[in-house]
Amino acid sequence: MNFGIHPLLLVTFFPLVGVLVILFLKTQQKKAIRWTALATSLVTFGISLWVLAQFQPGTAGMQLELRVPWLRLDGLAIDFYLGVDGLSILMVLLTALLTPIAILSTWSAVEDRVKGFMVFFLLLEVGMTGVFLALDLVLFYVFWEFTLIPMYFLIGIWGGERRIYAAVKFFLFTMAGSLLMLLAILVIGFQTGTFAWSDLLEKRELFAAAQTWLFLAFGLAFAIKVPMFPLHTWLPDAHVEAPTAGSVILAGVLLKMGAYGFLRFNLPLFPDATVRFAPYMAILAIIGILYGAAVSLAQKDMKKLVAYSSVSHLGFVVLGTFALTTQSVSGSVLQMVNHGLSTGALFLIVGMLYERRHTREMSAFGGVWKVLPIMGALMLVVTLSSMGLPGLNGFVGEFTILLGTFGSKVLGSPWFAGVATLGVILAAVYLLVMFEKVFLGPVKVEANLALKDLNVREIITLVPLLILIFWIGLYPQPFFNLINPSVENLVSMVSSALLAAH
Amino acid sequence: MSLNEIASLHPFFQLAPLVVFLPVLGLLINLLVGKRLGEKGIGAVASLATGGAFAVAVLLAVGLAQVSEGGTLTLANWINLGDLDVNWSFRIDTLSVLMMLVVSGVGTLIHIYSIGYMHSDVRHNEDPGRFRRFFVYLNLFIAFMMVLVSSDNFLMLFVGWEGVGLCSYLLIGFWFEKGADGIGNARAAKKAFVVNRIGDFGLLIALFLLFYNFGTLNFTEIFAQAPAVAAAAPGAIMAITLFMLLGVTGKSAQLPLYVWLPDAMAGPTPVSALIHAATMVTAGVYLVARSQALYFEVPAAQNAVMWVGALTALFAATIAVGQYDIKKVLAYSTISQLGFMVAAVGMGATVAGMFHLTTHAFFKALLFLGAGSVILGVEHGHAHAHAGEHGHDSFDPQDMREMGGLRKRMPLTFIVYLIGALALAGIAPLAGFFSKDEILAAANEKSIGVYVLLTAAAFLTAFYMGRQLLMVFFGKPRSGASEKAAESPLLVTLPLVILALLSVFGGALNLPGSHLLETWLEHSLAETAPGQFVLTVALISIGIALLGLLLAWLVYGRKPIFEKGQPDPLRRPLNGLFKALENKWWVDEFYHTVIVRPYQSIAKFSAGAVDQGVIDGVVNGMGSLVQSGAKAWRRYQNGYVRSYALTIVFGVVLVITYLVLR
Amino acid sequence: MPMSYFIGLSVVMFAMGILGVLLRRNPLVVFMSLELMFNSANLLFVAFSAYHQVLDGQLFVFFVMTTAAAEVAVGLALIVAIFKAKRTIDLDQMSSLKG
Repeated sequence: MNFGIHPLLLVTFFPLVGVLVILFLKTQQKKAIRWTALATSLVTFGISLWVLAQFQPGTAGMQLELRVPWLRLDGLAIDFYLGVDGLSILMVLLTALLTPIAILSTWSAVEDRVKGFMVFFLLLEVGMTGVFLALDLVLFYVFWEFTLIPMYFLIGIWGGERRIYAAVKFFLFTMAGSLLMLLAILVIGFQTGTFAWSDLLEKRELFAAAQTWLFLAFGLAFAIKVPMFPLHTWLPDAHVEAPTAGSVILAGVLLKMGAYGFLRFNLPLFPDATVRFAPYMAILAIIGILYGAAVSLAQKDMKKLVAYSSVSHLGFVVLGTFALTTQSVSGSVLQMVNHGLSTGALFLIVGMLYERRHTREMSAFGGVWKVLPIMGALMLVVTLSSMGLPGLNGFVGEFTILLGTFGSKVLGSPWFAGVATLGVILAAVYLLVMFEKVFLGPVKVEANLALKDLNVREIITLVPLLILIFWIGLYPQPFFNLINPSVENLVSMVSSALLAAH
Repeated sequence: MSLNEIASLHPFFQLAPLVVFLPVLGLLINLLVGKRLGEKGIGAVASLATGGAFAVAVLLAVGLAQVSEGGTLTLANWINLGDLDVNWSFRIDTLSVLMMLVVSGVGTLIHIYSIGYMHSDVRHNEDPGRFRRFFVYLNLFIAFMMVLVSSDNFLMLFVGWEGVGLCSYLLIGFWFEKGADGIGNARAAKKAFVVNRIGDFGLLIALFLLFYNFGTLNFTEIFAQAPAVAAAAPGAIMAITLFMLLGVTGKSAQLPLYVWLPDAMAGPTPVSALIHAATMVTAGVYLVARSQALYFEVPAAQNAVMWVGALTALFAATIAVGQYDIKKVLAYSTISQLGFMVAAVGMGATVAGMFHLTTHAFFKALLFLGAGSVILGVEHGHAHAHAGEHGHDSFDPQDMREMGGLRKRMPLTFIVYLIGALALAGIAPLAGFFSKDEILAAANEKSIGVYVLLTAAAFLTAFYMGRQLLMVFFGKPRSGASEKAAESPLLVTLPLVILALLSVFGGALNLPGSHLLETWLEHSLAETAPGQFVLTVALISIGIALLGLLLAWLVYGRKPIFEKGQPDPLRRPLNGLFKALENKWWVDEFYHTVIVRPYQSIAKFSAGAVDQGVIDGVVNGMGSLVQSGAKAWRRYQNGYVRSYALTIVFGVVLVITYLVLR
Repeated sequence: MPMSYFIGLSVVMFAMGILGVLLRRNPLVVFMSLELMFNSANLLFVAFSAYHQVLDGQLFVFFVMTTAAAEVAVGLALIVAIFKAKRTIDLDQMSSLKG
């Protein structure tokens, strides 16, 4: 099957078709705009499945490569270079899956300026997919920065009370990191004469001398995006102010761009520096795990709690990444998906509560399960998935990460994993406290008695996530089969640097 | 082994996965169409599902009687990453099938009982819609418990291990809007989950260590390599077994993590019987029994297990003496009895431990269900005594001080309760006597200190059970509720009678001389020390039990027992000590001050001073730095075109001067 | 004629232009001064072009003239718009872009 257009090109830019259609619709035609956006994102999801169908699970290298010359800069070739491998295929699928879900969640939540909202949302999808597929550093940087703009407006226009503060903070934080990355990209380009990822792998000796600084420059951009402690404070503000759909995408996909960046660029391009910095990155990740968990407990606002829990959860991802074992890195990639699913679902449910009561303060709720049995049950499953209950998705990711980290040669000590495992206890504490404060106990506030349970549309937004939560928990092997060859390749590439170092 | 291979061993073996799938099927049916089935239908589906699992377990046992070495059945690949290869696979051997039989057998009886019990409980708590949810949870629990006991590797066991913890959480918080301040039950549920998670942390670390020392998580391979690895890395095995012990103390409610179990009594009584007495809490005992091959390699770890068990047995028994809540007494008694089992498996007397596990499942389930029947009766009486009154009052149907004289109002319940209590106290020839005696005999041989601890615990057991019997069933009714109490319906009492019969004859499982259970289990266990029957130990144990009962009668039974509100007669002679018992040695308060409160302050401090103050302070500080700098510079932007032009001219002049003078 | 004449004239024109821009308050006069500066540059372009016998300089003059014309068009439009809004075109009255 072939439509005459390269599948990766199609999956990246198809949302633009929707944007074009929406631009020709009148502002008042909200319904048509919503349906167009939803249909576009669903078709994009279909295309991503088509990409998956063409993907060869057993191979480690890049697949479906598309490389055409794009710009020439003083003899320096910048290519339009896309490709997909085990590290990115799931991210692309996750993006394509979460976008229609997020759009569906805005059906009644966004009434104001629907046209602009949907246009920005589809543009955001283009940017995110592009980030995961781009293999040319300049192209990657373009997509990376491009995601900022729609998100900035989504927070700044459709956000809560302090939206401007949050949007600016989000923008400046990310920008500060990515400018250094741009500098590093240019340095690499000038030293090697190419920006293409696969060429750089072969020529990495040329910039090996500057590894430390390049690693730090890339790393800062990614660490801010992940976000790692102590660069995380933009996240809670952005999450609290962003509209629900924005939070879903922010937590579900945008944060993964940071973790993905580490895997795609820092590890293979700067292996020596990676090995050298791994213990420090791991320590920061562990601080993030424990600190995020502790701070979550003290929150009064549900969204803030979930935001800080992301800091904790992504700590596991970074820890697994820098433990550099097959299990831990594969676990990290899977955990990125898991976090997208469970935290996405958490934000969706918090958003549904917010739509009903126009507050996210936990003290305004209590005993809601009695009034909203379906929502309570779904929230329970999602909460359990987030805290890593075996049989659900979170556990598979966390377990493989911790298991891999425990025996990591790069970190060289089981203490890293041992301390990080404490995060499993703390996760149970803050998540159960939230569940208790909101859903358990007696109904104390009169207004909560009249709440309506989920409608069909809301259930439809959650069901795909729940199916995947169970699927990955019970039978993750198909996912690991996609991830694993590329991860093994990556790990062996970095470990050869480790051997050379000793 | 695949399905065909295992079928060639014995055709029944291929049924093994059904022990998990039948309860899952039951819960799915109830979840999807339960609303249309009505209470009877829901109960029937759930009970049939569990009963079906029991039937499968019986078939497996029949198969094992013929092919005693059993086998494993691999259903699917679960996680396969690098060296890590874990399957969903079922292990069919005598140990796992014994656990299956206990879980599904007692489980089925409790399901049937629950139909009657929950019928009135949901009405008492004014939410009949929750009837269905209860049975969904129960079936889910049976499914997870089956995963736990039928697993062939440590990771799948861990799935069941945490899964049953989840069910425990859900069922403790079943009436999540009830309890102290309306949130008490939910808090108790959370406490159970979190404390269990602390134990699970230990088990997880043990899993990591196992993987890196053995290269696998599979039971068979690990146990086969145990001696070799122990010779190469004795410290690793030591660490594994001790971290595992942490998991055991969490799940099986041993010191120092036992604190969740008494609070867990907030769940409906059938739950206390099934999960918090008969099955889930024995998972720790099962784990040690299963990992016997590892423990045999490190005697120090064995000793640790043994002492933890023995200390818990005595410690919990002391607290049970000072409780007034009928279920709390049983809860501490459960902790104490679990201590016996843990001590037994720690001593290496695995068969004795499993034997006690089985008989305890019978008589403790009986006692809890009996207590449930008492509670139903008292609630009924309360409703009648206060008919016409509205609004909530502070009446507590579980407070033994409000009972008394129920012997006449609820004769059948009384008889079965008496049987259960005597079995627990260890009166021959009831089931509890034989199993406890085997443990005591083993302790007598292993360590005199442990023997003394356990005997003291046995004495206290008899004493507090006597106290409970006398307070609940004898004397005069001390409240309107107990005066008007009524016997429970047949659906409730029938399982009681069956359990009572099991409590009477359960000892036959491993009678001294026949050793049925021992020959059964020797196919799964690496070493089974032949159980002994030491006459002196047996006589001492009976003597002490009788002494305990006699003392209870002297204190609580001789004089017609005190009026409602009168202090416990033990309070005067024991004074401060009794206060300590009443307050459970203030362990909860201690944990609260040392762990909970500091963590909360750390959380608050991190969120406030550190996160908002320092980290965000730096960020916003940079922002305001830029802003104040900008404020200084903006004076130069006066808006007059001409001043800008002048600046340009100056600039040009400067540049040209530089170029000329260069 | 020697080159220095052209250069001298151009310098004088440019200096007058600068002074005009800096000292006058009427934007129309400022515009004229700007034109004066442009033309001083143009003069040099043409002069040197003739002197070196290359056409580049004359080519540039056309560019400069086009730009200047466009700039005047925009500028005058702005002045008209400002006058409509403020009823004055005195440069010293206009400082709303103050920081």
